[in-house]
Amino acid sequence: MTKTHIFVCGGIGCRAMESEQLRKNFQREILVRGLSDEVQVVTTGCFGFCEKGPLVKILPDQTFYVQVSPDDAAEIVSEHIIHQRKVERLLYIDPETRKRVTESKDMDFYKRQFRIALRNCGVIDPDNIEEYIARDGYSAIAKCLTEYTPEKVIDIVKKSGLRGRGGGGFPTGLKWEITRKSENSQKYVVCNADEGDPGAFMDRSILEGDPHSVIEAMAICGYCIGADKGLIYIRAEYPLAIKRLKRALQQAVDTGLLGRDILGTGFNFEIEIRYGAGAFVCGEETALIHSMEGCRGEPTFKPPFPSVEGYMGKPTNVNNVETFANIPVIINKGAEWFSAIGTEKSKGTKVFALAGKINNVGLIEVPMGTTLREIIYDIGGGIKDGKKFKAVQTGGPSGGCLSEKYLDTPIDYDNLIEAGSMMGSGGMIVLDENDCMVSIAKFYLGFTLDESCGKCAPCRIGNKRLYEKLDKITSGEGTMEDLVRLKSLSLVIKDTSLCGLGQSSPNPVLSTLTNFYDEYVAHVKEKKCPSKQCKDLINFTIIEDKCTGCTLCFRNCPVEAISGEKSKIHHIHQDKCIKCGLCYSKCKFEAILIE
Amino acid sequence: MIKITIDQKTVSVPRGTTILEAAEKAGIDIPTLCHMKLHDMNIENKPGGCRICVVEVNGRRNLTPSCCTEVEEGMMINTHSMRVINARRTVLELILSDHPAECLTCAKSGDCELQRMAHRLGIREIHCKGEQSAYRIDNSPAIIRDPDKCIMCRRCEMMCNEVQTVGVLSAVHRGFNSVVSPAFEKDLMHSECTFCGQCLAVCPTGALTEVDETTSVVRAISDREKVVVVQTAPAVRAALGEEFGYQAGTVVTGKMVAALRRLGFNYVFDTDFAADLTIMEEGTELLQRLNAFLKGDKSVKLPILTSCCPAWVKFFEHQFPELIDIPSTARSPQQMFGSIAKTYLAEKLGVDRKNMIVVSIMPCVAKKYERGRDEFYVDGNPDVDIVLTTRELAHLIKLCNIDLTTLPEEDFDEPLGQSTGAGVLFGTTGGVIEAAVRTAYEIQTGKALPRINFEELRGMEGFRKAIVDFDGLELNIGIAHGLGNARKLLEDIEQGKSHFHAIEIMSCPGGCIGGGGQPYHHGNADILMKRQHALYTEDELKVIRKSHENPDILKLYAEFLGKPLSEKSHKLLHTNYFNRKAE
Amino acid sequence: MTKTQLSEPAEILVKSICARYKNDEHELINILHELQHELGHLPAELQSAVAHELHIPVSKIYGVVSFYSFFTMLPKGKYQISVCLGTACYVRGGELVLEEFKRRLNIKTGETTKDGVFSLSCIRCVGACGLAPVVTIGEKVYGRVSPQQVRRIIDEYLMLEEG
Repeated sequence: MTKTHIFVCGGIGCRAMESEQLRKNFQREILVRGLSDEVQVVTTGCFGFCEKGPLVKILPDQTFYVQVSPDDAAEIVSEHIIHQRKVERLLYIDPETRKRVTESKDMDFYKRQFRIALRNCGVIDPDNIEEYIARDGYSAIAKCLTEYTPEKVIDIVKKSGLRGRGGGGFPTGLKWEITRKSENSQKYVVCNADEGDPGAFMDRSILEGDPHSVIEAMAICGYCIGADKGLIYIRAEYPLAIKRLKRALQQAVDTGLLGRDILGTGFNFEIEIRYGAGAFVCGEETALIHSMEGCRGEPTFKPPFPSVEGYMGKPTNVNNVETFANIPVIINKGAEWFSAIGTEKSKGTKVFALAGKINNVGLIEVPMGTTLREIIYDIGGGIKDGKKFKAVQTGGPSGGCLSEKYLDTPIDYDNLIEAGSMMGSGGMIVLDENDCMVSIAKFYLGFTLDESCGKCAPCRIGNKRLYEKLDKITSGEGTMEDLVRLKSLSLVIKDTSLCGLGQSSPNPVLSTLTNFYDEYVAHVKEKKCPSKQCKDLINFTIIEDKCTGCTLCFRNCPVEAISGEKSKIHHIHQDKCIKCGLCYSKCKFEAILIE
Repeated sequence: MIKITIDQKTVSVPRGTTILEAAEKAGIDIPTLCHMKLHDMNIENKPGGCRICVVEVNGRRNLTPSCCTEVEEGMMINTHSMRVINARRTVLELILSDHPAECLTCAKSGDCELQRMAHRLGIREIHCKGEQSAYRIDNSPAIIRDPDKCIMCRRCEMMCNEVQTVGVLSAVHRGFNSVVSPAFEKDLMHSECTFCGQCLAVCPTGALTEVDETTSVVRAISDREKVVVVQTAPAVRAALGEEFGYQAGTVVTGKMVAALRRLGFNYVFDTDFAADLTIMEEGTELLQRLNAFLKGDKSVKLPILTSCCPAWVKFFEHQFPELIDIPSTARSPQQMFGSIAKTYLAEKLGVDRKNMIVVSIMPCVAKKYERGRDEFYVDGNPDVDIVLTTRELAHLIKLCNIDLTTLPEEDFDEPLGQSTGAGVLFGTTGGVIEAAVRTAYEIQTGKALPRINFEELRGMEGFRKAIVDFDGLELNIGIAHGLGNARKLLEDIEQGKSHFHAIEIMSCPGGCIGGGGQPYHHGNADILMKRQHALYTEDELKVIRKSHENPDILKLYAEFLGKPLSEKSHKLLHTNYFNRKAE
Repeated sequence: MTKTQLSEPAEILVKSICARYKNDEHELINILHELQHELGHLPAELQSAVAHELHIPVSKIYGVVSFYSFFTMLPKGKYQISVCLGTACYVRGGELVLEEFKRRLNIKTGETTKDGVFSLSCIRCVGACGLAPVVTIGEKVYGRVSPQQVRRIIDEYLMLEEG
């Protein structure tokens, strides 16, 4: 008899909604009902469909339950497990057909996805190496060590066309080759898991859901470049990922898949964990290396590249989590298989953290070349609350905001750069008509300002000046000259900054200037924020004809800026109003006017 | 060789050459701000942070900093395209936008590399004004730190950490808030700072400057009740001229004396005299310890270390307190002078020490700190009252409308003005030990020196060693300049690996000629070489070249001190050191 | 100048942690992580003690501590409120939530209330974008927080304090 598995999503989104309690409840139910031998409850990595969390999947029948609360555990066990009846009310409803959908493969959210890097996330128990092995885990390293020379493996990776998924898009195989050719008795493999993009969480999800894929890939890389030591540089704010990674490393060592004389081939490889300490700039590989050496995470000029002179001055190959996660599959399925996916210059898939004003927030993986429209409307289910699409931001603080005219652009490294954005690590934030693009640019600049290391002048001072100008504009004090300066200063910062952070930090400004110039002009010339977001440019007033005196606004105002008695017209005192917008969102009669 | 084209000029340069160096070879002067390289001294700062030296390289997406980009075969470089000039100006404007526009009243005005750059790039307006950094000014007895003026070139940090290994300055915070500072933004006075002044010697702006005491000197001179005595250190005369348009390496001793006299000093004396005195004391101490050691006295420790450099003294007090009984107890020439002036001279002149003001002209900012140390006060009155750097003296001369160039050459006053060639050598690395050897040799062996110049002790290598033959007795001599080199020697001593009998240490690269108070070298190491050469020439020109032959020194011992290491000498010319580890 | 001495247990902790990392200066960040984990913050005298153990200037350590946002020299509150200002949370009103916390607690971002109960910071993307805007307090994650919920969240912990 096949054992029944109850998979509970352990992604952060689901955990925030008590999926941990849900798992405990499941376990208690199973125990109470004496099903421990037949049913196993497993906390997996992220399923991806965060919008509908907490998520539960029952195997082997693949039933996918959404928005499951801890209280639902008992019903699922008694109905589904014992009586083999699906709990209809917890099944996903297709927004189009309004029909209940049983399995994830029939949901629009999953239908168009193609999972390579996320292949095991939500599918295996990340704490169990057996489950990874059962899905071809560690077969790639075995193949490499026993059948292929390092050169052959590098050749496969090169032919696959895999490019770095951390943002830069440098060909991975080429990087390995350069590091291999750098002669030195000591070399290092570094995995960059210091995910810092404020809208991305794919590396965390992979490490939480499938840590062994990264470990295996690092060992393969070590074999190729001639390194016996790997380091994972991970954000200290990721406790669960760290815990799972540590456990996975221990399991790999215990199983003989890490350590000395791996699989009896004489190849040695060990992995250590290093912690980041909160610096976005450490995503830049030279900064990351300095940080691992115990220093300030300031980048240094390249060349020398880390492949020649990296950690402790030794040749070091740095790849990010998602890049590594692709490697075992490429080895197992071959370069041709991989390179058949994607576009001419960007092969394979890309993971995106889809969020913002979109119906299906979540973690997705799609083939390169998928259009923004497919992602936003087909997978993402369109804009939330029926609002109008305004822009999509890709690439985080290094990327840009793309307007409607780019919706049919196939996404790959080069197209995004051409459009004035970037792939970045894969944050994808959808914005609707209510979002002010000047404020969005300011938001990203604010982030860069916090994260600039301060080493080079254009980034240290230039971004500050850009931010100040944006602030001036959103306060209604900007001039047309400021717009000209914003652009010229942005171009110089891009052209002269020391590292990738500064070289891309003006992208949010430049792309919004290009694609949403009218909004800037409105702020400057009319002193108006078309999206009614900029506090200095808006006032909240009560439309007397519509006010019913229900007191809802009065009761919700956090600063007592609204006066009025029941059934009488209310009034907003402008001197007290902090423009939080609560009254507007609470009013049931559309009696609040923003102007 | 690698062939490249810069601004249409083709040049061939060796592999490893930077674009900046290649351009220099092609006669193209690319502007730089944070970059600094002291050739032959192994000192280089190229963080690639200021981005002023960016150039356009064909085929590269972004502009590239010429100071840290090595040439590649066939590179096509444009150093002055519209794109480059616009970028360079914009970046400089950005730097200026976070820099106080106080040029008129800034201590660095006229000597400021940032100011010069603004002029060179033709900045007439700052288009991107905004918030400026606002920090507290850190006043110490020697160095003023005004972080508002810091442009994060990191030169001081490099000097303090890599060259001097003092490690007081570090970049702190990040982004717009980043600045170079001591730990926890503490004052330098409460840090392990040695006040060597190498940070301010390389600071391109007014962020690090010396404490200006010229006004105190003017005030002292104007006070009719005071007898104002001035002493001038050996390295000053080899550099002062630079402030008045003379070529580096021009010795202006006579004109300097004339200028000091015109400034109104009552007596113009020479620290070189005190340097000779130092040799008498330190040389005798060396021989005493050496002979006891050779006789097998286990209580005697060798090597003996020189102690004339106050930054060096503070360095070992902080960093190697367990070795504080190893350096010579001899005070520095400045302090010996002050002590003798306020006793011997004051007595001779019939002046109460409280009415005598001793002013020092020093190539050094640490001397400002040294003069204030408690042990150099007698009844609340300091042996040395005011210390001016070479630069301050130049300012003072200009302030008082004196044209140094037209002055006649004059001699120092008696009785503390006569000095020997040995005393002059104190200004350069290797000089103190050479002077000591000249005297110690003759005292030890009772024979005349077969040769006076000890070439083996000379040079600019950061660490040198030589064996000097004392008529059959071989003395191992070590010489270090730059505190980083000194640290290595001390670590060897700590671990019992040192085989030296005597070691000379000077904190500043090059010795006092490269002191923190000297006219700015602006990254040109040739200037230091020329100053060094000038001192050796000055020595050669002296009739008397051995300290123990200085008649005024002999007279001083005969009339006042008795003999070297006498009780009186100990009281007036020697000192003790303190464990500052816990500070 | 008065010098604050490190307490004896803290000194022993510094020594043992540094020794575990073989007093290797390259392990500085790991050492600081452990110390902050144990003691909550990294005061100046603690950094001096680490400098002593690792034989590096304390200015270097301060340079590192002040560089990374994770490290703090000031003690944090008993309850550490972190408002996510990742992009997804920002566009769904995270800033308004942060403003409300600031207003209600009367502190700025990065500060701790006088009674030491709350400290407030903002973080960048916890990966719960589906629940934006998100606030975390310790291990607990609050999703879809609106400004008017802020008071209730604070009260929840104040009640816990009062028992």
